[in-house]
Amino acid sequence: MIQALAPVIVGAGPAGIRAAQTLVANGLRPVVVDESANWGGQIYRQPPAHFVRTKKELYGFESAKAQSVLSAMQGLLPHVDYRPHTLVWNVQGGQLDLLHQGQTSTLAYSQVIVTSGATDRILPFRGWTLPGVFSLGGAQVALKFQGCSIGKKVVFAGSGPLLYLVAYQYAKAGAHVVALLDSGKLSDQVAAMSDLLAQPAWLAKGLYYVAWLHAHGVAVHRGAVPLEAKGQDCLESLLWQDDRGVHSLACDAVATGYGLRSEAQLADLLDCQFVWNAVQGAWLPVCDESGRTSVSGVYLAGDGASVEGADAAEWSGERAALTLLSDRAGHATAEHVARSAALSGHITKRKIFGRGLARAFPDPLNWAAQTPDDLLVCRCEEVTAGDLRQTAAEAGVQEINRLKALSRVGMGRCQGRMCVCAAAEILAQCTGQSLEKVGRLRAQAPIKPIPFTTMLKAESVSGKDMA
Amino acid sequence: MSQAPVPLNEPGLLTRMSETQRERVTFFLDGQALTGLRGDTVLTAVLMHRKFVRYSDESGAHRAGFCWMGACQDCWISSEAGDRFKACSTMLEPSMKLISGQGGST
Repeated sequence: MIQALAPVIVGAGPAGIRAAQTLVANGLRPVVVDESANWGGQIYRQPPAHFVRTKKELYGFESAKAQSVLSAMQGLLPHVDYRPHTLVWNVQGGQLDLLHQGQTSTLAYSQVIVTSGATDRILPFRGWTLPGVFSLGGAQVALKFQGCSIGKKVVFAGSGPLLYLVAYQYAKAGAHVVALLDSGKLSDQVAAMSDLLAQPAWLAKGLYYVAWLHAHGVAVHRGAVPLEAKGQDCLESLLWQDDRGVHSLACDAVATGYGLRSEAQLADLLDCQFVWNAVQGAWLPVCDESGRTSVSGVYLAGDGASVEGADAAEWSGERAALTLLSDRAGHATAEHVARSAALSGHITKRKIFGRGLARAFPDPLNWAAQTPDDLLVCRCEEVTAGDLRQTAAEAGVQEINRLKALSRVGMGRCQGRMCVCAAAEILAQCTGQSLEKVGRLRAQAPIKPIPFTTMLKAESVSGKDMA
Repeated sequence: MSQAPVPLNEPGLLTRMSETQRERVTFFLDGQALTGLRGDTVLTAVLMHRKFVRYSDESGAHRAGFCWMGACQDCWISSEAGDRFKACSTMLEPSMKLISGQGGST
């Protein structure tokens, strides 16, 4: 039965592409379903046709890797059933529900590798819904995919390695980077050094970006937290705070993010068990050394399984594919076992580096406790921190799904992608629980909004079938 | 970067840094003819001219998208024909007729 169905790979970033390459090399023809119009994922997102910047300009130090991953997929095209611009929006009865150009269809699977990637981890501040405030990853997409800066005077505020990378990319592209506000302190970054040395090349690149920003006169403030984006109909200035007090910066754009969060909705709908990951401060799908989940035939790889970055995504993608192959054959070849072990070795080292990153880039101190009641946490439904605190207190809510049911936080169109980190932090703080204890927001189908007209079309098709 | 800036009148939120030598595309926003570039997303094209793409359903406040990758759902926009789509994930087409300020998702 397993042999009858082609393996399915969801996502065509570094993890999905390496998984596909491995399956094809072993004689299979996988279906590769990707929400984007073109392969590469977010990290190696390709610009539209007729753009002229070189890979070096687009991907910097990563241009050789980008070239390798992107050309690998180019070469695979005749050998895979590639379905770009296709959203997997539900799973039921052994079938993935797909949406492509307004049309729904189903895809039966017996083995699926989910590489669903990550989005920015957001900790909001007052005024973060004002035009001019964008996610950090979004700011990078604007530059890489569209050749645009998000504004004329840009502030980068948040935490994590991406903050420095994107600020560097903006400044290098000629944008005016007003300041970089890092919630971590230099002492955090020094304390993390022994773990960060697990990946010396990555550490060196990070230090290069910091040095470059300093050398080019970009103000880098550590222990700095954005307080409020101010402006009438769009951003005019940013209030921020550090040990020295409250400051104001004139700016027309802010890019903000505190690391990344795994997009695990599909793993959830596939019935995967989840486990608390203390390093990432997140509930993640259970995924063992081999890429297997708690569900037979379901494999995970890349940042959607655990945020470890693009290199690890390539490794875990290949490893998940090797595991799939051995499960399919009923045994693993010696060559595959050796290769899997080597990949696991790389990934283990990257996890030590990841632990260092978490230590180097901690969240703002007591973020939830300092959050004002009028902070808009959920940008879809406009639920405030005060609403959450009041709901928790009045209804005795201890758990995030209950908080969603009563306050509507996470119930809007983004399904909690932008607000759930903050909502969980606030619930944990006001109920005196750990973040782990407040639980995990369950995914709901459709995992992204699909047009109502699509549903009507699907209805009429099934009506015709019945007649 | 190295290219000379195109003399396009673009008073919106965004600033073009490179890739300005592309073919120009005329589109319409609330009936007004505007110019974008081939390869712009609808979000880029609109935000080159305007400082928002939609109003919040709750407060009516201006919104201009947020995540640029199809996750936040805060850049939905409508066409005159009644189609609704995410501006960040839709490429600009010649003669596209867009209506700002609406863009419910369903």
